[in-house]
Amino acid sequence: MSSEEKTLTARGLRVEFGLPGGRVARAVDGVDLDVAPGEIVALAGESGCGKTTLARTLLGLERATGGTVAFDGVPLRYSTRALKAYRRQVQLVLQDPTGALNPRHTVYDAVAEGLRIHGISEDEPGRVAEALSRAGLRPPEQFFLAYPHELSGGQRQRVVIAGALVLRPSLLVADEPVASLDASVRGEILSLLLRLKEEQGLGALVITHDLGLAWSIADRIAIMYLGRIVEQGPVEQVLTAPRHPYTRALVSVLPRFSEAQSPVAEPIVLAGELPDASKIPGGCRFRPRCQEVASGNAAAVLHQCTGEDLKILGPEAEPHLVACHLDRSLHGDARMAV
Amino acid sequence: MTLLEFKDLHVTYRGSRGRLPAVRGVDLRVDAGETLGIAGESGCGKSTLAMAVLRLLPKSAEVSGEILLDGEDLLKMGWGRLRAVRWTGASIVFQGAMHSLNAVQRIGRQIAEPILVHEAKTTPAAAAKRAEALLERVGLPPSRARSFPHELSGGQRQRVMIAMALACDPDLIIADEATTALDVMVQAQVLRLISDLVTERGVGLVMISHDLSVLSAVCDRAAVMYAGRIVEEGPAHEVFAHARHPYSAALGAAFPVIGDPAARMNPGGLAGDPPDPARLPQGCSFRPRCAVAVERCGAESPELLEVGSARVSACFVAQEGMPVVL
Repeated sequence: MSSEEKTLTARGLRVEFGLPGGRVARAVDGVDLDVAPGEIVALAGESGCGKTTLARTLLGLERATGGTVAFDGVPLRYSTRALKAYRRQVQLVLQDPTGALNPRHTVYDAVAEGLRIHGISEDEPGRVAEALSRAGLRPPEQFFLAYPHELSGGQRQRVVIAGALVLRPSLLVADEPVASLDASVRGEILSLLLRLKEEQGLGALVITHDLGLAWSIADRIAIMYLGRIVEQGPVEQVLTAPRHPYTRALVSVLPRFSEAQSPVAEPIVLAGELPDASKIPGGCRFRPRCQEVASGNAAAVLHQCTGEDLKILGPEAEPHLVACHLDRSLHGDARMAV
Repeated sequence: MTLLEFKDLHVTYRGSRGRLPAVRGVDLRVDAGETLGIAGESGCGKSTLAMAVLRLLPKSAEVSGEILLDGEDLLKMGWGRLRAVRWTGASIVFQGAMHSLNAVQRIGRQIAEPILVHEAKTTPAAAAKRAEALLERVGLPPSRARSFPHELSGGQRQRVMIAMALACDPDLIIADEATTALDVMVQAQVLRLISDLVTERGVGLVMISHDLSVLSAVCDRAAVMYAGRIVEEGPAHEVFAHARHPYSAALGAAFPVIGDPAARMNPGGLAGDPPDPARLPQGCSFRPRCAVAVERCGAESPELLEVGSARVSACFVAQEGMPVVL
């Protein structure tokens, strides 16, 4: 990933929100992330970990309080015009197709809306047809006059995706693209994202709480906990040989066919819930819930876990990076290792 | 001992589009202390089945057949008897606890309410004490009794719903998508809680979900529903890992097992939608979406027949001993 061309990059990104009483929620608390064309990156974590705020900031819908967002090597500017131009390149795909589509608009109008907003009038029907057919709705003309209620759940989500594709973006940011869909439709939409990547080189950042989705379509995965990425790397490595205690716990509670198949033998059910983003613990932010700290396995590095902040993980596609003092004491600094 | 039994249950909704069959002849059994999972897509009839147990269906629903709870037909009960059975005989945990809880009443009061209604001898103070004990049992501090629903997280609210369902010591708990909206780790916590309670109290559990992998982790047996019928039933783990109906196979593949090389960069899926209940296809109702259908599937509707030890499938292909996935 040496080329910066058409790559979406975040460096040291921070987003803070003021709360009543003068407290500050650090929703995104130092994130480095790259999404290049032709790759699908999954950003996974629990509700409240900051993944949606991170996505909104990458799209320019939220302003960073620190760090930078850049696309194609150019830092994001927030004037209406600059954002409009940016969104032709990086498009958002919404989560719930029923909510995202206006029930009184035909498929044609829903897809053409983006062109109209951007003042592109040249060959509108041709571009709408192209977008529908790229989203797998073929022959496209047959769908032009259909209304959302006449379509299946899978077709509705395809229309939403066609609405994003019509501007010929180089990247999609999809927030939980299949969470509201039925089990069987889910596969249909994930296959579409995968095909868009393989056949047309479209990159995507997929925000999800579902690790199975990452296994189905993503090249890389970043695990987010309380505003930071705590583990990042190729999907095969992160999910079949997870190293951060939090990732290990997440992977361990997923359904499995047999004990032998899981990289973590016993399910690790963490107690409690994600702390408030206004009360991020010092040192390692995962320490209060960490099973290695609780079991005493981390005794030798405990002083670091309590007192020493971890470095922000780099955005490199390789190697597999882990923000954990215990892991560092066992494996050395991942960045030095390769 | 049989705790709950459905015998040839049919539920049909009367509406502006005519009569829509939602449940079309279901036979199922749950023994005391046993856990049964029911899986299927939206509209397959699984929630209608759950609502039918406590007679919570709207007036437009026509119900026929029998639902026996401890041998007594729920469909023939008078309202007084039915009221006694709700909460004490069987209780339901719904999805979306925010909508099921009263937003302006403290949690403790809401848990105590069914106790006070059903046990005339219990004093409000004793009921409040029991509510606190129940909160503790589901992993919440007893002080939470004084909280309002909006002060709790989604996972905590779902725990409150479980505490309410346990309030009157029912023999049967029905959980309808009880963990669907929760995060992975919170879901794991709630599933573990449900499993522990089933073992500890020996209650029967019917768990309804669209996620076959969750059912396989918690339940002894699983039944898969499609277009109002059971299409496969067997040991939950077997149904998930080695489906004997093409629909169960597709449903299972939708939630891949991480580490399974066959699922990597290969999302499982099933094109199309379930059939419109007003216009069910001829023959097998799954045929229009089926990849392994044979000629007979278009003409005859398959019965649920044995396809292995303790396993039944309503698929001609599986009944011939042929593979149900390509």
